Amino acid sequence: MLRIQGGTVYDPANGVNGVVKNIVLDGGKVVTSGEGGRTIDATGMIVFPGGVDVHTHVAGAGLNFARSMIPEEHRQSSPILRSRTKRAGIGGPTPTSFATGYLYAGMGWTTVNEAAVPMLTAKRTHDELHDTPIVDKACCVLMGNNELILDLLERGEHERAKQVVAWYLWAAKGYGIKVVNAGGVAAWKWGKDAKKLTDVVEGYHSLTPGAIIASLARIIDELNLPHPMHLHCNNLGAPGNVGTTLETMKTLESHRAHLAHLQYHAYGGDDWESIRSDAPAIANYFNAHKNLTTDAGAVLFGNAITLSADGPWQYLLYQLTGKKWGNIDVENETGCGVVPYVYREKNIVNAVQWATGLELLLLIDDPWRVALTTDHPNGTSFWRYPEILQLLMDASFRKEEFAKLPEKARSRTCLADLTREYTLYEIAILTSAGPARTLGLSQKGHLGVGADADVAIYNAHKNAATMFSHPRYVIKGGEIVVEDGDIRTTPESRGFITKPSFDPAIEDYLRPLFQSQYTVAFENYPVEMARIPRPIVREV
Amino acid sequence: MAVTATDGFIVRKRSTTITTLLPPLSVVPNATCAGCGCVCDDIELQHDGRSIYVAKNACERGEAWFREQTVERQSSEVLLDAAVEAAAEILHAADLPLVFGLGDSTCEAQREAIALAEQLGGTIDTETSLSHGSMEMAAQLGGKITCTLGEVKNRADFVLYWGANPAETHPRHFERYTLTTTGKYTPSGRADRTLVVVDVRETASTAEADVFLRIRPGQDFEALSILRAVVQGSRFDEAKLAATGLTLDQLRDLSRRMKKARYGIVFVGMGLFQTRGTFMNCAAVTALVIELNSWTRFISMPMRSPGNVSGADAVLSYTTGYPFAVNFSRGYPRYNPGEFSAAGLLARGEVDAALIVGTDAAARLPQAARDHLSRIPTITLDAKPPTFTPRVHITTAAVAAGTVYRMDKVPLTLRPPITSAAPSDETVLRLIRDALAKKSAWYPTAAAVMPAK
Ligand code: SF4
Ligand SMILES: [Zn+2]
Repeated sequence: MLRIQGGTVYDPANGVNGVVKNIVLDGGKVVTSGEGGRTIDATGMIVFPGGVDVHTHVAGAGLNFARSMIPEEHRQSSPILRSRTKRAGIGGPTPTSFATGYLYAGMGWTTVNEAAVPMLTAKRTHDELHDTPIVDKACCVLMGNNELILDLLERGEHERAKQVVAWYLWAAKGYGIKVVNAGGVAAWKWGKDAKKLTDVVEGYHSLTPGAIIASLARIIDELNLPHPMHLHCNNLGAPGNVGTTLETMKTLESHRAHLAHLQYHAYGGDDWESIRSDAPAIANYFNAHKNLTTDAGAVLFGNAITLSADGPWQYLLYQLTGKKWGNIDVENETGCGVVPYVYREKNIVNAVQWATGLELLLLIDDPWRVALTTDHPNGTSFWRYPEILQLLMDASFRKEEFAKLPEKARSRTCLADLTREYTLYEIAILTSAGPARTLGLSQKGHLGVGADADVAIYNAHKNAATMFSHPRYVIKGGEIVVEDGDIRTTPESRGFITKPSFDPAIEDYLRPLFQSQYTVAFENYPVEMARIPRPIVREV
Repeated sequence: MAVTATDGFIVRKRSTTITTLLPPLSVVPNATCAGCGCVCDDIELQHDGRSIYVAKNACERGEAWFREQTVERQSSEVLLDAAVEAAAEILHAADLPLVFGLGDSTCEAQREAIALAEQLGGTIDTETSLSHGSMEMAAQLGGKITCTLGEVKNRADFVLYWGANPAETHPRHFERYTLTTTGKYTPSGRADRTLVVVDVRETASTAEADVFLRIRPGQDFEALSILRAVVQGSRFDEAKLAATGLTLDQLRDLSRRMKKARYGIVFVGMGLFQTRGTFMNCAAVTALVIELNSWTRFISMPMRSPGNVSGADAVLSYTTGYPFAVNFSRGYPRYNPGEFSAAGLLARGEVDAALIVGTDAAARLPQAARDHLSRIPTITLDAKPPTFTPRVHITTAAVAAGTVYRMDKVPLTLRPPITSAAPSDETVLRLIRDALAKKSAWYPTAAAVMPAK
């Protein structure tokens, strides 16, 4: 039993906007009332539901591939010292697994969605997530370039494709389905890309990225998955890609979809010289289409690691930067690219990217449909979220920062005209209530009775960056995990899994394909349930 | 040469006289072998709950690996407790203890070993530092372009092994992944692929090659760099080429074959990890492969072995950020190959106690390092008796349930049908940690470990 007394509560899912009220936690849940136990005097403090990250990369083959490639970054990063409550680790652009749990919890975030899991290696993703303490997790598994599925879509076998999708999701113990550069990663295995939605995918006769996106969105809706298709649009990062993004949104008109890291898909201009923000065009369309949700994928200046299943984009980025290049092609399923990157304030392209992310966050009028992310570790590390919150809440601070950009970049964004300042209520939506709703996690992102007892309590401070980087208390599952900047305890987290129903006969179709196309036996492919601690299985 | 699987090889003979009285053997399909980095998961086992008799599809090395799995054990419960306590005592008393080996342990045991090294403020290193660690260091210099083995099976029409002899070290590599196997875009298997082997001598693998290039020892970096120049069409020093033992015609032919490949792969073996300038050899491979990607798709991969050394790289990377040679003496992970590699630490006499998990690992160390191991208190964990006399030896199960990573880092699950009466590495490591936790604990303080700015 834990009672949070006298705090000013922001609980947007329940319409609570800055009301002084008591919250009582028991058995890992929010309850109506109770006696005994500890009381936290939260008088004058701000009480939020624990933060939810709808799109981050914190575990698995790709991220770990990046981690092992960058000792020079680790050496400059904050060490996490072993202590009575903490395992040793490293912060920086790609924090180590234990450190990831401490750093998320240390800001008040208690749930994360690992947004790009290759299914063939999903066992290791789940194992790493097991060693990422405190925060609860969901995983989106990669299907937009799965050749077994693409082959079926090309043949027009929609029903069978749906069964295969459902089988895979359960086999990988995923929560949702991710599509990255539909068809483009499969094409990359032939050295090609798929930038246009209407071009036939390399290696296929008629299948286009547009068809893959539409079919998978339909399958995901028909399977009734709690989270819509999680989509990384084609043509990421390219000047003028706003056309592809708008076209993608039109393709999705009759379906739900979550557009990941929208910042990287909102550029005008014709080339790197003329790149500019086209956030208003994207925001206008997005505002009018309630079937869509998104996350910002905002960028902050400094060192980052770009990491994505989008192999051809990563190769291009390597050619642009001449830095290290990492690439993994994953049989039948996906790929991964890694390029260390530095976002520089004085670089026109980077300055435009910085502005574009903020523009989208300010121009999208419904905070329920846009979440705070940096596509960690791509735009910057998740532990810099408080800096973005300050930029959103304080227009004059934003103006000062904007003034530091090169003149040429300033003329290519409308950020200077945007005077909107996020309220605390809206921040609670952006960082918690909204992403929880987008993920379909009804027990997360709110403080109503029956919700998971995940709470962040902040000392009120006029500087949002200060306030959100040092919560006074963080409570996870009813336990105080952070107090005064220290990790107090590291409870085992929980994993969310979706179990769609499928016809078991689909295994007879898949088994021979595994025999001929995979190097792992069909029977050995599924992730065992035992790898997910305290799983919460949602059957649909 | 052992490139093809035997069909139903008898791993162990049953007593023939009483066969009729014996219960029928149980069959386990799709069992996983971690006898080498291939980690084949298509083995069909027949066992009686005490021993494995048949390992269908396994190679000879795999059969030997399965033969080791029995229920027998040598030490009693009491002995185990005493040995664990003695091990904890030694490690607790040490100033710079080393945990080394783990190439044959499960990822779960590797997790425990890392936690132990951290608890001790010691150093942890694996067989990686004696082999493909050079490739990891090359990746830190310039990156790495790689794939899972199914891409080779399905797509590769050009396969090159440089300084590697898979027919001996990874007996089913050709058959399952790279050469004779058929795949989605390689329906004719062997006929769809060109095999090139570069080595200093003829081997069982060169015998299979379409092209065998014999290179002089220690000339790998030069040959790889000149090959890259030939691919690029840029200039190089002809005297240096002559020194490699290869001719310009040979390199031109190789370059032509590589460029016209649809999907090519370079496997890198011990030949590059053991000669002078190991990580520069590997960086030259990466540079060549990156160059080739402006012509077609090209990939490289080290021939990781033993069975789960890949898992150790992965578990260390996600826990500490670094793939091998990690030191915790300041209370957070630091990495410096050479400084924190087992071979160097031991040879310089900087280690005052060692825990060796898997005694083969100790056998792989250079002589000077092994000498130091017999001077200091050493603890060994293995199913087999150690080849030297450690202070404490704990007999562990030959194979335990858990996770192993294939050489391409695809995770697979080990489910041995025989439960050994001996504890697993994972269990013993946890027991040692528990015993240590009862002694005075060391925690770093920020002031002590962070030099004042
Ligand atoms: S090739 Fe390696 S993994 Fe496969 S059966 Fe032989 S020893 Fe075992
Ligand atoms: Zn992402």
